[in-house]
Amino acid sequence: MSLLLKNALLVEPDLNKVEEGNIVIRNGLIDRKDFRADNEIDCKGKFVAPGIVDLGVKVSEPGESHKESFESAGKAAAAGGVTTIITRPDTKAAIDTPEAYDFVKKKGNDDCIVNVFHIAALTKERKGREICEIGMLSDAGAIAFSDCDNVIEDNKIFSRALKYASTFNALIIGHPQEKSLSQGAVSTSGKFATLRGLPSASPIAERIGLERDLALVEMTNARYHFDQITTISSIEVLKRAKKSGLDISAGTSIHHLSFNELDIADYKTFFKIKPPLRSENDRLATIEAVRDGTIDIVSSMHTPQDEESKRLPFEDAASGAIGLETILPAMLRLYHSSHLKMEQIFNAISLKPAKRLGLACGSLKHKQIADLIVFDADKPFILNRELLHSKVKNTPFDGHKLQGQVLRTFVKGKEVFSL
Amino acid sequence: MSFTQKHLLGIEGLAQSAILEILDKAEKYAELNLKTNKRVDILAGLTQINMFFENSTRTQASFELAGKRLGADVMNMQLQGSSIKKGETLVDTALTLNAMRPDLLVVRHPNSGAVNLLSQKVNCSVVNAGDGQHEHPTQALLDALTIRRTKGRLHRLNIAICGDIAHSRVARSNMFLLGKMENRIRLIGPPTLMPSQISEFGVEVYHDMIEGLKDVDVVMMLRIQRERMDGGFIPSEREYFQRYGLDFKKLSHAKEDAIVMHPGPMNRGVEIDGDIADDVTRSVIQEQVEMGVAVRMAIMELLSRNQSSKHKKLLT
Repeated sequence: MSLLLKNALLVEPDLNKVEEGNIVIRNGLIDRKDFRADNEIDCKGKFVAPGIVDLGVKVSEPGESHKESFESAGKAAAAGGVTTIITRPDTKAAIDTPEAYDFVKKKGNDDCIVNVFHIAALTKERKGREICEIGMLSDAGAIAFSDCDNVIEDNKIFSRALKYASTFNALIIGHPQEKSLSQGAVSTSGKFATLRGLPSASPIAERIGLERDLALVEMTNARYHFDQITTISSIEVLKRAKKSGLDISAGTSIHHLSFNELDIADYKTFFKIKPPLRSENDRLATIEAVRDGTIDIVSSMHTPQDEESKRLPFEDAASGAIGLETILPAMLRLYHSSHLKMEQIFNAISLKPAKRLGLACGSLKHKQIADLIVFDADKPFILNRELLHSKVKNTPFDGHKLQGQVLRTFVKGKEVFSL
Repeated sequence: MSFTQKHLLGIEGLAQSAILEILDKAEKYAELNLKTNKRVDILAGLTQINMFFENSTRTQASFELAGKRLGADVMNMQLQGSSIKKGETLVDTALTLNAMRPDLLVVRHPNSGAVNLLSQKVNCSVVNAGDGQHEHPTQALLDALTIRRTKGRLHRLNIAICGDIAHSRVARSNMFLLGKMENRIRLIGPPTLMPSQISEFGVEVYHDMIEGLKDVDVVMMLRIQRERMDGGFIPSEREYFQRYGLDFKKLSHAKEDAIVMHPGPMNRGVEIDGDIADDVTRSVIQEQVEMGVAVRMAIMELLSRNQSSKHKKLLT
């Protein structure tokens, strides 16, 4: 079976260009040389791009499958143009043993229509006290290690974990934060937090966390990914650090690129995320950092929360927002506003995460596995959260005008979604 | 008719004219409250429920009395304990109460924004009796009425708000209200008790009490929680009293006829010298309590008017 996608605008993040051309999906692979095919689709005016590799998706299985399962997350991903999801270990019962890992691996393989890889916890129960069996977990297939938003406060434990992980060349992902400053905070210090009377933390908490992590990475030579970088002052630190030759990379979430603290308005809990939304200056600086490559990876930080956990006073409400189906149109906002070029967008959401994780996808190269999407970058629509595929609907984009819709999603050459 | 809101959730959203309407109405109730028969049956047949998720004696008593003097059936619910411990959410509690068809809910909650959330889930009017560190609108209104009655005006005054600004909803509501009325507002307190970027709210910030009190017409003291004085925010109680406690010496830098206010309950000898609090020539603390009932009566009357005029509109 082969399929020709013709006259498409081919997005090639590895070559930093977008060019009209033809591309064939043959036997699950991309063929850029032989354009003969059994079937063809005219993609005039539409983009064909490598599928999104979404680093840090929470699939609430095990523990809270009423929020999201591998099946529902797979459908949401396919509809959103995400062909590979990298799951987070912050489930109820963390993924901190090879047994737990095998469970999610099997579930992922059986139930999910897109590619799935899993991050394992760095310490047992993500408590920052005992190091997980990094060796056995690596053998089982763990693609990276992270305690997610739980910061390991004990520098001795953390440095040992980094050192130990480095013998396996394992990638560690951290969400930098200085805990004593950020504890209990649900917003960013400043005029808005003062106006609303919300407990807040200074953006400096992120910078101190980042500098601490950096020092320990320098000491241990660990492979490290600083995720959830959202403030001007930490971007400055990151810029300098990246010149040091350390094996580091950085990421942010689509929500921090799309919203600022004022979107919380009258305590809208769908805008409660972690770290909290920042000032508009921080948002613009974060976009600029994606543009200039200081921040490598943008992810959806997909975090399903049910209505019960969101329908509470702001301080008590759960953090997080779903994002698998909105990451592309939200990124395209930055394309339409001329903040980012199309190839820069796919560098951040496809190529660079794939490269960092050592996955053979993220571009439209000849003979590469055909994980790709066809989308209309212009198609306007108003997001109705009830139409999303995720089990829970906690999206901050509800009712928002967006532009750009996925038309088809292919995973290993197989069509898993079409509009 | 300037105050047309269904709820009173905060001062921030009120226009100057709405504030004046409430105060004018409260003035009438202040007169009424001096009479032997303090009862009018404007709210007869209506049900008022006081939901207090946080301890309060004074505010709850004030709301209860206000409701009763207007003829409403008043019910008090202490919610610090029972239902919350059973795991019922705020919204569920609200829906349960809503089904009992109250006409007015008076709500105090330890979380900022909680009263706002609750107001979205019920049909009746909601009065914010204090939410977290956000707003306490009736306190600001009763303070405003007290100032207007003693100073003869509510504009172009120098007003100092002193103490724990960061954790105070009273400070926020007063800042909004007095700002809308075009007064000069000074906030006085240690930097650890100032909220971030507070100077962007059109106020002057002082860390020195004597400097800050110079030539002010009104001194508003705030209550400071004792647990904030264990070294976390300020070093000790005695250092706080020495630097920020109001005594006659510091007060002498204010205008000669400056009045002293306090939302209560007071920590004598911590934020305020007991002698000042009792000095009837300076302290208007008792008058504040008195105006509290009047202001709350005014608000309840206006909210029920707003509700019924909406009903009438729906019928015609």
